[in-house]
Amino acid sequence: MSILEVRDLTVTFPGGIQAVRGVSYDVAQGEVLGIVGESGSGKSVTSLAIMGLLPQNAVVSGSVKLHGQELLGMEEGELTRVRGKAISMIFQDPLSAFTPVYTIGEQIAEAVRVHQKVGKDKAARRAVELLDLVGIPHPDVRAKAFPHEFSGGMRQRAMIAMAIANDPDLLICDEPTTALDVTIQAQVLEVLKTAQAETGAGIVMITHDLGVIAGMADRVLVMYAGRPVEQGVVDDIYYRPRMPYTMGLLASIPRVDGEQDTLVPIEGNPPSPAALPPGCPFAPRCPMHIDACDDEEPPLTQIGGGRYVACIRSREIEHKGMTGADVFPVPVIPPSDVARVPREERETVLELDNLVRHYPLMKGAVFKRRVGTVHAVDGITFDIAEGETLALVGESGCGKTTTLQQIMQLTPPQSGRVVVLGKDSSRLDKAARKALRGDLQIVFQDPMAALDPRMPVGDIIAEPLRAHGRKNVSQRVAELLTLVGLAPEHAERYPQQFSGGQRQRIGIARALALEPKLIVLDEPVSALDVSIQAGVINLLEELKNRLGLSYLFVAHDLAVVRHLADRVAVMYLGRIAEIGAVENVYDRPAHPYTQALLSAIPLPDPEMERSRKRILLEGDLPSPADPPSGCRFRTRCPKFARLSEADKRRCVDEEPSVARLARAKDHGAACHYAEEIEVITASEHQEEQ
Amino acid sequence: MRSKVVLGRLLHNRQARYGGIALILLIALAYIGPYLGAYDWTDKDFLAFLSPPDADHWWGTTSIGQDMYAVTLRGMQKSIVIGLLVALFATGLAALVGAFAGYFGGWVDKVLMWGVDLLLVLPSFLIIAIISPRLRGASWLWFVVLLAAFAWMITSRVVRSMTLSLREREYVQAALYMGIPRWKIILRHIVPNLSSLLIIDATLNVSGAVIGEAALSFFGFGIQPPDVSLGTLIAEGARNATGYPWLFAFPAGLLVLLVLAINLIGDGLRDALDPGSNS
Amino acid sequence: MGKFLLRRLATNVILIALAASLAYMLAATTMNPRGAYEGRQPPVAEEVIDATLDAYNLNDKTPVFERYLTWAGGVVTGDFGKTWNGGSVNEEMGRRIMVSLRLLLIGTLLGFALGVAVGAYSAVRQYRFSDRAIGVSSFVVMAVPVFLLATLLAIATYNLNRGLGFTLIEYTGEYNPRLSGWDQFLNRLNHLILPTISLTLGSIAFYSRIQRNMMLDVLNQDFVRTAMAKGLRRRTALFKHALRTALIPSATYFAFAFGTMLTGAIFTEKIFSWHGMGAWLVDAINQNDVNSVAAVSLFTAVCVLFAAFLSDLLVASLDPRVRVS
Repeated sequence: MSILEVRDLTVTFPGGIQAVRGVSYDVAQGEVLGIVGESGSGKSVTSLAIMGLLPQNAVVSGSVKLHGQELLGMEEGELTRVRGKAISMIFQDPLSAFTPVYTIGEQIAEAVRVHQKVGKDKAARRAVELLDLVGIPHPDVRAKAFPHEFSGGMRQRAMIAMAIANDPDLLICDEPTTALDVTIQAQVLEVLKTAQAETGAGIVMITHDLGVIAGMADRVLVMYAGRPVEQGVVDDIYYRPRMPYTMGLLASIPRVDGEQDTLVPIEGNPPSPAALPPGCPFAPRCPMHIDACDDEEPPLTQIGGGRYVACIRSREIEHKGMTGADVFPVPVIPPSDVARVPREERETVLELDNLVRHYPLMKGAVFKRRVGTVHAVDGITFDIAEGETLALVGESGCGKTTTLQQIMQLTPPQSGRVVVLGKDSSRLDKAARKALRGDLQIVFQDPMAALDPRMPVGDIIAEPLRAHGRKNVSQRVAELLTLVGLAPEHAERYPQQFSGGQRQRIGIARALALEPKLIVLDEPVSALDVSIQAGVINLLEELKNRLGLSYLFVAHDLAVVRHLADRVAVMYLGRIAEIGAVENVYDRPAHPYTQALLSAIPLPDPEMERSRKRILLEGDLPSPADPPSGCRFRTRCPKFARLSEADKRRCVDEEPSVARLARAKDHGAACHYAEEIEVITASEHQEEQ
Repeated sequence: MRSKVVLGRLLHNRQARYGGIALILLIALAYIGPYLGAYDWTDKDFLAFLSPPDADHWWGTTSIGQDMYAVTLRGMQKSIVIGLLVALFATGLAALVGAFAGYFGGWVDKVLMWGVDLLLVLPSFLIIAIISPRLRGASWLWFVVLLAAFAWMITSRVVRSMTLSLREREYVQAALYMGIPRWKIILRHIVPNLSSLLIIDATLNVSGAVIGEAALSFFGFGIQPPDVSLGTLIAEGARNATGYPWLFAFPAGLLVLLVLAINLIGDGLRDALDPGSNS
Repeated sequence: MGKFLLRRLATNVILIALAASLAYMLAATTMNPRGAYEGRQPPVAEEVIDATLDAYNLNDKTPVFERYLTWAGGVVTGDFGKTWNGGSVNEEMGRRIMVSLRLLLIGTLLGFALGVAVGAYSAVRQYRFSDRAIGVSSFVVMAVPVFLLATLLAIATYNLNRGLGFTLIEYTGEYNPRLSGWDQFLNRLNHLILPTISLTLGSIAFYSRIQRNMMLDVLNQDFVRTAMAKGLRRRTALFKHALRTALIPSATYFAFAFGTMLTGAIFTEKIFSWHGMGAWLVDAINQNDVNSVAAVSLFTAVCVLFAAFLSDLLVASLDPRVRVS
């Protein structure tokens, strides 16, 4: 028996923008339906339309039935009795989703009191109970805190508490973990599972992350350009996709278990909802595109029990048993020449020696005062050899961005040394610093913010050339644009006229302009959709090999890191927890934090996800203004918890520094009780063996 | 590309359209109007003192026989010129001070913002009024300088806070990491990206300056005779407004229309330049 | 918290001292009190003028810095010096200060409260007739400067009273000294009507625009959507969640708008013949009364910074994010 039946739902915004064009699905009790799609595919708009929360100028048609009762066109009075009671929603960004001026407890109690006739005290007590249920420590105290005093993960838990306050039949989760770090994401997904068990609700899980869906969903709906293009049971979608878009999507995700060598990008960009092609909207990007695809948009047709596909060649795909690799051409990336030289014989392009960066901690906006010191970076050491990529990974607040800024500023650090191409940053004069900037460039995370919106692309790329007095600027700009896969005539356009992936290519072209030796990549693909991301990752790899570049790659996504990096350094609270060659760190992590980090990453593989054993961390990252004594990770360390009291003393008193592990050539961990284990594919099954 | 979009949005905005049409008509009246009238603003008709509007003197005459139509338009010209000049100077100053304070931070910021705070403590009307005895007999341009000198502080604070966030923008950091000098970054990347704010502010400063001039002239602290502005005319007219309403009504009405038209354009510009804003 | 308030207070005292000194210097250098004595018939001997001016600390033959020190020394001990003709500035100020404060207090509170209410109403009724009507009127009001508004009000009342044949609304002065007791109170209220309207209308329009825009910004934010997703009606969500949050930015404008309010008070007092600080400023400038000008400037500086301080406190009480725990 379905709780929710959506039929032919369409949403049109003013200006004829069709954001959603015919979505139909059912959700049964206790079932999790995953909706995946890239940005602009209409997945969030669909859920807001179901809740009746779209702006008043949106035109919604079709049918949404909850327990057989039509929700579309319902009067506000009736609808308010359904919202928050029978259907609840969990939003993506929990900071902006809570009213900043009321306490968390008040806001949850309000949700209780809207639908239940209880007194203020009772509602407040219920709020505390709910906070306890979602695993917030000291719920009675925390209920009196304001949203800005909660961490991201805690806010999302509170959001879940609010959503389940009235025991809903259906929970709609719109990208519930996208804004969170991976270890926190694992915690929140656990809470969601608990919440579902508690309420027995059906869940609609909307996300772009195929890993999250693989672990959560029973059935999956894939959306593209406002329409479902494939729907089915989770295993069918992941192991036997029948629509080229789904196949491409799955082939383009980098996997933390390193199952594939080269990522397969989907060329082109999703169509604009204001200018859809006449036929199949995916046709312009589809390698299996034939003339018939342009005639009309293929309907979503059933091909077997519960399977729906919108592709005229799906039978053929099924018949031939084609996979993503058969449909999408696997790009060939030329190997690097430098890599053949042993690491010790290569030049060192960057060396960090015990780098320290502390900030004063200020509090209050109206009345400012210093309340402490943020130990953002607290003594880190690593080096990068020519032609090598070192990835600096860690969750938000671990100090990776500060490290990067300290390197880019080329100014004397508070303590320790930064040596770029053999030149110590504390001994540079103005001219030498400017000259060195030519060899050290950066690519930023957000491709929109990294390009001045008021400059044409040609000027943006030419800016470093002109600043360093280079000749033949326009010729070089054309060369650079070609190098990153754009056309020279793009120089006259403005950044806004490009898609995210193209903008990131422009950013890369600008970084390459002065022919640098070392490029710092600050989360270069985290703002991009997966299908676009693969193309940029491949481009970075190709450029590195062709031009003999070295990268310092700062990222939080360990799956991307595995694809691009040679070596990896894992940071925690301003210190390096583990460092070494990628194979060593990923396959045999020795630091409990790395182990937890790797095990928290969801794999786009439903079977593996079902059997995987996770190491869940307790609580949040401690404040970098007040790091724990001794080992900084001990407060959350699962291993510490298992140690004997005598062994624990060492963790509390003595701060571990990175020590080389005996067996490996390039692998070190900062843990007194380091022990290499395999975690990515570790399953309950293996544990028993 | 962007300017086209903005222009399109501006023309689509009803307020801005009405404001624009009204402003064009008012400017045309101020600068073409005098050629249509029979009298020059310096002419004195000794046969008609304080005569009400008629076919000869369209808007009546003053107590010394000046043609109100000619005098009022002359006053409006002066008000418009003062408004434009003040807005230009004030907004320019605000942009520079705010951007430098915000971008450099540290002691530059502290000193500049202390100056701003200090200037904000006393209303500009008060300071200009105190200085005004010195301005008797000086060029009216000094008056423009004074009005501009005390009209930039609040904008410069807004500019500063926006610069603080722009400074963290990645393209500004990228420019720094390319080795581009800071003053060049301010002029090339920061000020142009504040242009929406500055255009809106400049527009509203025009109306602010027109009002400010009129307010000071109302007490005789502004434009000095024999020169006229809308403010001096209103001050003159207000004294006898019940007996000779035409002396008051025409300059007052034109002042309100002028300010209203400019404010409407300013508000329309805000909508057109800042797509995030409402209405 | 107390420590920060103290520090804030100290900064404000310095700012007031600087601003007042600046105003004194400006007034002392630009104004010429001697002129009032020189032009007299029969002529007054120069020594006599000098002696008089010296007694009032107004002699331009004394270096300005010396005069400043004498003045500042007096101010520190609570003596604001002499007016141009030898009267006590303190006494004059004592007579006038409450007149202005009453006007300013009523104007500020009424302007803020009504403006916020009108703006919030307008935002909730976005695009409806009432919203448009409020929008158009506030634009018109903001285009009418206070001196024009006050003059228009005075003319209109004059005509109204003449038409009625008796004085319905008072349009000049502060009260009728011949009345006493309850009648006196009512008469005072009657005298307050026009100045209050002319002073508040502009700030009602100003705050209503701000509050409306802030509300509309907040209206599309996620937390209003969350409130509706909980099951609150749109109206409830707006009043409980949007209005409260949108008040914060309006409160920050409080300090800024107060300066405008002070300028408005000068015109209002002058046009409706109230003997307040504002009217005094205009008279003092015309009479080259340096010490009175300086005293009014000091009063203004204190008022502006007090308003800024209040605005900070208001924001801190409305917004938990800026509070120091």
